[in-house]
Amino acid sequence: MSQIPQRPEFDVCIVGSGAGGGMAAYALTKAGANVVMLEAGPEWYSTRDSKMLVPAYASPRRGAGSREKPFGEFDGCIGGWDIEGEPYTTAPGTKFDWWRARMLGGRTNHWGRISLRFGPDDFRGKSIDGLGDDWPIGYDDIKPYYDQVDRLIGIFGSNEGLRNAPDGIFQPAPRPRCYELMIKEACDNLKITCIPGRLSILTRPLNGRMACHYCGQCGRGCQTNSNFSSPGVLIKPALDTGKLTLVTGAMAREVTLDKNGIATGVTYLRKSDGTEQHVRARVVVLAASAFESARIMLNSKSSLFPHGLANSSGIVGKYITDTTGAGLNGFIPKMVSRVPHNEDGSGGNHIYMPWWMDNKKLDFPRGYHIEVGGGFDPPSYGFMGGIQRYPGAGGYGKSLKDDYRRYFGASVGFAGRGEMIPSDDCYCELDPKVVDKFGIPVLRFHWKWSDHEYNQAKHMQETFRSIVHEMGGEVFSPMPTKEDGYGLASGGSIIHELGATRMGNDPSKSVLNRNCQAHDVKNLFVADGGPFVSQADKNPTWTILALAWRTSDYITQQRKGGAL
Amino acid sequence: MSDDSNKGISRRAALKLLGAVPLTGALHWTPDAFSRATQMLQQDDAEAPDTKRKFFSAHEDATVRILVDLIIPRDDRSGSATEARVPEFMDYMLAEASERNRVEMHGGLAWLDTECRKRFSSDFVKSTDTQRKQVLDDISWPARARPELSHGVQFFNSFRDLTASGFFSSQMGWKDVRYIGNVFNPNWNGCPPEALRQLGVSYDS
Repeated sequence: MSQIPQRPEFDVCIVGSGAGGGMAAYALTKAGANVVMLEAGPEWYSTRDSKMLVPAYASPRRGAGSREKPFGEFDGCIGGWDIEGEPYTTAPGTKFDWWRARMLGGRTNHWGRISLRFGPDDFRGKSIDGLGDDWPIGYDDIKPYYDQVDRLIGIFGSNEGLRNAPDGIFQPAPRPRCYELMIKEACDNLKITCIPGRLSILTRPLNGRMACHYCGQCGRGCQTNSNFSSPGVLIKPALDTGKLTLVTGAMAREVTLDKNGIATGVTYLRKSDGTEQHVRARVVVLAASAFESARIMLNSKSSLFPHGLANSSGIVGKYITDTTGAGLNGFIPKMVSRVPHNEDGSGGNHIYMPWWMDNKKLDFPRGYHIEVGGGFDPPSYGFMGGIQRYPGAGGYGKSLKDDYRRYFGASVGFAGRGEMIPSDDCYCELDPKVVDKFGIPVLRFHWKWSDHEYNQAKHMQETFRSIVHEMGGEVFSPMPTKEDGYGLASGGSIIHELGATRMGNDPSKSVLNRNCQAHDVKNLFVADGGPFVSQADKNPTWTILALAWRTSDYITQQRKGGAL
Repeated sequence: MSDDSNKGISRRAALKLLGAVPLTGALHWTPDAFSRATQMLQQDDAEAPDTKRKFFSAHEDATVRILVDLIIPRDDRSGSATEARVPEFMDYMLAEASERNRVEMHGGLAWLDTECRKRFSSDFVKSTDTQRKQVLDDISWPARARPELSHGVQFFNSFRDLTASGFFSSQMGWKDVRYIGNVFNPNWNGCPPEALRQLGVSYDS
């Protein structure tokens, strides 16, 4: 494409502003680089825009969700599985839903702040059970960056000495809620490891940010910046260096190349006026979300890369994964007519169960962790639906009104979050016919669970039921059958998209090298969930952050040495 | 519609306080300011909902007003569903609901009229309170309802859920179930002793 020589050239162009993009912008600007960041959505700062303390009754919708706020109207994240004008397709027989966040901070505005390090085993799954692939790096390579992330962003938790759920640099965890103490007691009886939660929420002030005020509404975004989301914690300090140029409303389409196969910048659509724009940069970092980054690479076709940028391996879009998920609620008779009290605590669980079993003795190869919930939530749209399932409840009138009072807050919930094995059956590619409203070809997904995942979901269901029964409780829904897939959530619904541009030492089997640098294009990097070789039974954000920081340090070294 | 314009001002003030703080200013917020804003926010009801009906017909609206108060009547702790403006809430939500949900509601109310006419030769509104309760007694307990009334049971389950959503998510509902969270509460420190005792758990073990 034609270049206008006098336009400024940035040291680095980052596409995306979530955990990976935010971290890269922070680390690179602090190291002195002149950075431009492209974000498809609008500016959004939780300190300014959050609905953190708005009661349900302040809205005629009472908190109900909508197309652009599927998790409720007060939720902090603008996005969803179904975005106007931005379709994707699925292959026949495939059920897969792709979540996109469209705002500054990406999906760091949507998550439970559950911040778990991958453990040593999580980087070498193939060596352990022969499935999937090993990472080209190990825990020791990334540990220093986990430590830095803990110190910079802040996390509460407890050091437990568990081999594959590594300790960190934790602030004190908040006390368990009283129903969490009951869950802990039941887990102790069942020999299920149950420890304080590990959430990126401040229980002590850190780096100029206030400690948590326990309103329980992290999901709406924090007005005091006391939990982690990218805009307040990473992008704001990056902007303060004066080295970051932020461009919102910029829908990236492709990475441009010179005739030597070196990336020269990024072409994007400016949403405000629909015009095509180009930004020049000496280094390009894609952090648009694992699949969106892959989409940009696949759409960046040239004579050098007819199958998409840095895709000589054909691996771009391959080996995609989501976390496995299954959930269950239990009614606990002991919790009926509880003493009213403020049970909010921090947003999310104050306890959790890291994977506690040995897969060699089970019929599925990888583990899961359990998240818990329950108790007194703010009464909102959907309040206590299905009251007729509770013992003796139903009907109408005064007795029904008393049922709601008695049973309010008398339930606990469990969510299993486990590791799926990457496979040849799960990948994305460009749909040959469909484009989005910007004219950009869209992704088509192929997805198939295996018995590895189904058997794991079955185990989750059985475990949750055993915990509820140990608490003296009752489960209203029947055990899902094999035909129901044991209640395994459909692909994409847990919103932990990983893979599509995986790392590896062999350029014929991977897109990126051990530094998340494209094998084929030395000044192209990926800093989101794309480089992941495998999932783990841990939520990915903390590893995306650590990896992005490590990648940024490598870029800085290479720039200093003149290689980039 | 509003007779609560005074309260409306305090709510707007609170929203302004919470909404107009510049990004960097957040660090200078005091716990006092937050507590004050929170209290103001929780003192008042929603922006006055638009009372112009968009979904229910006049006849449906009359039916709904009777039905929601049969489901959630006034008692010694709180007011009725109509006092908490549940019909207005329902109308608002249904006006933008999916085609399927809209048909379900229109059709469910029509089913109720049909059932009353079959039994009493009058629709639900024109039936007596005793007659209305006879029908509700037959459809409001799914486990023991006669199979031929399954459509009524299905409708009533959904309608009861929506009534509860509207009532308990109102300010009146929050007070009724004694919900006291969603506030700025920096000194939160776990459960109070009486709540722990009730469940037989403690922080000591």
